[in-house]
Amino acid sequence: MMSEYLVQFNNISKFFGKVIALKDVTMKLKKGEIMCLLGDNGAGKSTLIKTLAGVHKPDEGEIIFEDQKIVFDSPRDALDIGIGTVYQDLALVSLMSVTRNFFMGREPQKGLPFFKTFDIEKANTIAAERMGQIGIDVRDPSQAVGTMSGGERQCLAISRAIYFGAKVLVLDEPTSALGVHQASMVLKYIVKAASQGLAVILITHNVHHAYPVGNSFTVLNRGKSMGTFQKKDISREKLLSMMAGGEELDKLEVELKEMDRIENN
Amino acid sequence: MSVKSESIQSKKDSGQDERLKKISPLRVLLNRPELGALGGSILVFIFFGIVAGDTGMFSAYGTLNFLDVSANLGIIAIAAAMLMIGGEFDLSIGSMIGFAGICIAIPAIYWGWPLWTSIIFAFAMAVLIGYFNGIMVVKTGLPSFIVTLAMLFILRGATLAITRLITGRTQVPGLRVLIEDDPIAWLFATDTFQWLFTWLGSMKLIALRTDGTPLATGIPPSVIWFIALTLFATWILMKTRYGNWIFASGGDKVGATNVGVPVGRVKISLFIGTAVASTIFACIQVLDAGSADTMRGTLKELEAIAAAVVGGCLLTGGYGSAIGAALGAIIFGTVSMGIFYTDVDTDWFKVFLGAMMLIAVVFNNYIRKKVTETK
Repeated sequence: MMSEYLVQFNNISKFFGKVIALKDVTMKLKKGEIMCLLGDNGAGKSTLIKTLAGVHKPDEGEIIFEDQKIVFDSPRDALDIGIGTVYQDLALVSLMSVTRNFFMGREPQKGLPFFKTFDIEKANTIAAERMGQIGIDVRDPSQAVGTMSGGERQCLAISRAIYFGAKVLVLDEPTSALGVHQASMVLKYIVKAASQGLAVILITHNVHHAYPVGNSFTVLNRGKSMGTFQKKDISREKLLSMMAGGEELDKLEVELKEMDRIENN
Repeated sequence: MSVKSESIQSKKDSGQDERLKKISPLRVLLNRPELGALGGSILVFIFFGIVAGDTGMFSAYGTLNFLDVSANLGIIAIAAAMLMIGGEFDLSIGSMIGFAGICIAIPAIYWGWPLWTSIIFAFAMAVLIGYFNGIMVVKTGLPSFIVTLAMLFILRGATLAITRLITGRTQVPGLRVLIEDDPIAWLFATDTFQWLFTWLGSMKLIALRTDGTPLATGIPPSVIWFIALTLFATWILMKTRYGNWIFASGGDKVGATNVGVPVGRVKISLFIGTAVASTIFACIQVLDAGSADTMRGTLKELEAIAAAVVGGCLLTGGYGSAIGAALGAIIFGTVSMGIFYTDVDTDWFKVFLGAMMLIAVVFNNYIRKKVTETK
């Protein structure tokens, strides 16, 4: 019988020498679910992402994907089974065109063996079509990615991961470098992707971005999971206090009121 | 200047309602890295057309002369450009030329190898050395500037030491007699389209020697290689998956690796490319001169890089073109020969070379900003 979860990360631990980077972190995702992974700097988010993406092998614990136990030997393995990771640097080359970026490393080819060429026309069509679906009008898919806004680039990277078969989307701080408007554009796209049946792990330290879109929230602190909470069971404020640690909450609250005021303006 | 600012203006104006498949050719040109080199070479030809138009520089003989010089430089400049697009440098090109030269000459003259086996031997050595350069850069993560600078000294020193050890001198002459009937050497030593030049001579359309044979006997092999390599490199860069990997590797190594581009293999193959191009250069020159010289190719690496930069390659990688590098080589070749036809002292050539490079870098920098500018 199929379990209700698309992917499960059970009791994942990762050690670097004496340093315990992750300890017993468990996350379970259903199709169409957006789980927000929250944590302050140094909480172990980066290590966890790299473990999900196949860069690191977990020292303890297991990854179960579609009811099968999976061991990743390389990032390629993770990609192949359908875990698509969009890193913070997006893996986009700003001097290259939208199309060339979209298909970077997985270029469609045509022609005879040894004379195979990169099918640019097909690639252009697909790239423009895919970007169009997100509502980004790429006037010219041969324009450099450097000419796009931060939000558009983020959407391009996500769209690329989906096009190449991601079932689980791991997004590393997709909104951290963006303004409010751009961030909401990206978040909208993430919700849309999830509604089409993808499971999304959204890594962020910004509760304000995470709370409106997340279905569940896992809080990471000093390498340990502080638990996973459904949205109905936890408030934004509670999440914040868990992330930051109690004693800093007072200070934060003042600052956050200020932030809220700015955002609402 | 006015043309350029106008076209940028028009690009902005039409940018609002522009739609797919309605890109003006001008805009396409503006986005191409070789724009500067194209403008530069047109200017160079206009200049010499005015200053030296009636001196014989543009006669068949004169033209082939400056084309030959351009083509030789172009062969290595194109390989250097591809490596630069891939994000690395090769400073050992010049030394590799000298080393390849003696790899051809010593086995052929002193060990009695057939010429073709020594040519293959030279190419095999080039692949090994290129591979070594590449693997050192990729595995150690050291800047290629340092790794290939070391190789510059090692190869030049080894060339000198080995040649003196075996021959007792620094030049190896006597190759010319071996070229005839060799199954491979003709690739690097035959003037093509000789019939055309003979015919043109018989029609008195080109200058003749006193014995009635044309002064220019055919297209030199360097030019054929140059054209073939320009087309090949352009095809690779623009039309193949491997070409996309070259841009990606140079543009963002980490990003490219994360999406599955084999960055290490791409870079190693490009280092092999520069070493092999240096060996093609060496074959042509050694067979043309009939002798190998241990100092052959000195400073050629810098000229190759200069031509690539003038041709629009960014020093930081990820941007450039083979046609641009070819045009850069034509600019340098034309000026270095053309200067003989003017009243200007040839000592000024290097001043020009340096100035040209500075202008090119400033221009390229501006273009890069334009290309990556956010909306």
